[in-house]
Amino acid sequence: MSLRDKTAVVGVGCCKFGENWERSREDMMVEAAYQAYEDAGIEDPQQQIEAVFCGVVYPNFSTGEVADALRLYGRPISHVQNYCATGTDAFRFAVFGVAAGVYDTVLVLGYDKPKDRGVSGPSIAFDRVRGLPATPAGWFSMCAARYFDTFGASRGDLAKIAVKNHHNGMLAPNSMLKREITVDDVLNARMISWPFGLYDCAAQSDGAAAAIVTRADLAKNFRDDYVLVKAVSIAISENPQTDPDFDFLRWKATEYAAQQAYEQAGVSRPFDEIDVAQVHDCFSMTELLTYEDLGLIEKGSAREHIASGTFELGGELPINTDGGLKSFGHPTGATGVRMVYENVLQLRGQAGPRQVKGATTALSHNLGGAPQACGITILGTP
Amino acid sequence: MTGITACGAYIPMTRLPLSLIQGRAAKDGGPEKAVAFYDEDPVTMAVAAAVDCLADRDRAGIDAVYFASTTYPMREKQAAVVVAKALDLRRDVETADFTGSLRSGTDAIKAGIRAVAAGAARSALVAVGDCRMGSPRGALERNLGDAAVAFLVGNDGVVATLDGSAAIANEMQDLWRSDGDDFTHSWEDRFVVQEGYVPLMVEAVRALLQKSGAAIADYAKCALYAHDARSHATVARKLEIGEDRIEDTLFGRVGNCGAAFAPLLLCAALEGAKAGDKILLAGYGDGAEAFSFSCAAPLDRSSSLGVAGHLQRKRPLRSYESYLRSRGFDKKEWDAGTNPGLSATIRLRERDADVALVGAACAACGQVHFPKPRVCYKCHARDQWQPYRLSDKTGRVLGYTFDYFFPTPEPPTVMTISEVDGCRVHIQLADVPPDQVKLELPVRFAFRKIHDAGGKPNYFWKAVPA
Repeated sequence: MSLRDKTAVVGVGCCKFGENWERSREDMMVEAAYQAYEDAGIEDPQQQIEAVFCGVVYPNFSTGEVADALRLYGRPISHVQNYCATGTDAFRFAVFGVAAGVYDTVLVLGYDKPKDRGVSGPSIAFDRVRGLPATPAGWFSMCAARYFDTFGASRGDLAKIAVKNHHNGMLAPNSMLKREITVDDVLNARMISWPFGLYDCAAQSDGAAAAIVTRADLAKNFRDDYVLVKAVSIAISENPQTDPDFDFLRWKATEYAAQQAYEQAGVSRPFDEIDVAQVHDCFSMTELLTYEDLGLIEKGSAREHIASGTFELGGELPINTDGGLKSFGHPTGATGVRMVYENVLQLRGQAGPRQVKGATTALSHNLGGAPQACGITILGTP
Repeated sequence: MTGITACGAYIPMTRLPLSLIQGRAAKDGGPEKAVAFYDEDPVTMAVAAAVDCLADRDRAGIDAVYFASTTYPMREKQAAVVVAKALDLRRDVETADFTGSLRSGTDAIKAGIRAVAAGAARSALVAVGDCRMGSPRGALERNLGDAAVAFLVGNDGVVATLDGSAAIANEMQDLWRSDGDDFTHSWEDRFVVQEGYVPLMVEAVRALLQKSGAAIADYAKCALYAHDARSHATVARKLEIGEDRIEDTLFGRVGNCGAAFAPLLLCAALEGAKAGDKILLAGYGDGAEAFSFSCAAPLDRSSSLGVAGHLQRKRPLRSYESYLRSRGFDKKEWDAGTNPGLSATIRLRERDADVALVGAACAACGQVHFPKPRVCYKCHARDQWQPYRLSDKTGRVLGYTFDYFFPTPEPPTVMTISEVDGCRVHIQLADVPPDQVKLELPVRFAFRKIHDAGGKPNYFWKAVPA
């Protein structure tokens, strides 16, 4: 059985991402969910939302807080957690519930509020001795030396990705960072975890994003320009820190998840068939490897494509049109849902100055952990 | 015949140029002292010395581990048992700590030799490490240094026998450190030297000579504990020991390394000794004790760095502040004790991996794993494991990053994925400047302190250049 075209996204919402010092999780959830309701033309969520699938990473939050914020009681609400692929996985469970015929219409809600913790970036771990320092920057940078050595890429190539995403983020109303940067800014910034300087790293932020998923045959009741779910996949790979066969040139999780997603969606020539993509640029190098690991371009050729602008707005396959994690912000649990939000806008032709003309197929990609967890969605116009 | 069968040393490569103490720039070739870096302590140094001593010698026959130090950070919690576990020794090994006196190092050597001679142990490992701390910019600081040394004692392949010893117990308060003190205290220096060190050393050596009937001229080398850079010359003059027969006391390079000092000089003397040489060893602290050793065979130095080799490895600190930070004497926003640190239960379950760096080889397909899993990565066989010790193997760096946030005196921290015998290990790389880190760099492993969370030393291993 294939999931393809069984479900549709009929409404999306996204609050302003950023250091939302004065807004609570409740504020952000309500803002994103009610935007999505309005977008879908849902006037009575009490009757129309049958279940809620939440993506949230920072712990100690209860599903009760979602029920209380949205006043949705007496129905299933679940938290989904899958590293940085959390938002995509919450979306996947929603799609499964609807495709299985259990629910007609459900809400996907990704939210996180790391900026209440009092630290910038991840905390320093002392609860173990092995694997320290344990930071995402340290994990995601492990491919750099080998990749640079094998394919001749450098920090300068990575910098161009950050510059592109800062530029795109300027064009997205709800993005966190609104500043153009230069390659020199990136190269001269303080070092976090080589080869990642400050500007190679995503902006950790607060935020919430929402989507309404319904049966494809009911979608027209909500809006004419609904978007179909072509594929949604999750794959967990070997841990690159222990995998005896790891070659330091790729993140295998992306390859696994892409294979699943392309099979579901019937995509055989991804570069030609996908018009726009939001990929997990937690670090500049992650975006670079993702170009190749998704099979969009050949392994080792990212450098030429970065130089020629293939993935810029106006390029052949614009990637991270809203600024990505880098500039839109990265509230971990919300990120996958935020990507669905941007792709839906792109497919409906509502992305304003960032619009990719005539986009009919859009891909989103999350990658998290060591990294080991990848989630991919492919959405398309009917 | 019982005696020392092997010895090894560890002198941390981190050096504090003494000129930095006065705020003057470091000069090439200027005097310095050896400093345990922030990831080292008496236990990690003792393990390193033991590894230098053991090389690829059989570890299974070691029946006793004696550890000596005046500066092991725990009041209640043995260090010898950590040393034994880090070396992956048998569970039924006898362990004991010797502490509380600058003579605890020579005490441990004597106890090890006596235990084997008495037949209580077939082989004993004696490891001594000290990290001495004088108050910052105080009188003692420039004289004190950090080092460790280890001896294997047994009945086969003896390099040196202990022919006799003579001890003098002397109660006086010359040097001391009370519970909770960070620094060693000293009464007036002239009192320490004139009333304590010089007369006691002379008395102990004379007692030894009288007991044994030997003459001082019989000794090819004299390894004399030295209170400071000068006063052992007075001891030598009173005993009529010629300058050429005094083992170099390493001031300006290592410094007075406390309980490990006289044993370190013994190791250095053995490195230069030939069969038939007699070696005099004299330690000081709460009295003095002199020992007479005879060299039965030259030391096999092919697989150990020893004192001479370690003196060549150097990494000068960038600043005096780095030194203070590496010893934990900088002000921190949070002190280590406020962090709960490791779970003792998790630490117990993971001790083979974390303390001994032991992984597992799949009995079905041979793939080596670290840490030991339940199911094989390669052939998916379940629970078919042979313990596999990685700590004595060499590997290579496959991937790396430089982390600028982990708290260290001199960032960055180098993190690698390294390969050893087909197994991948996610492990820090130490003792190498960032510009010398490269893919395929050959590495071996060193026992180190990763952090002090919970107010206790939390140990694991790091890769170091092979």
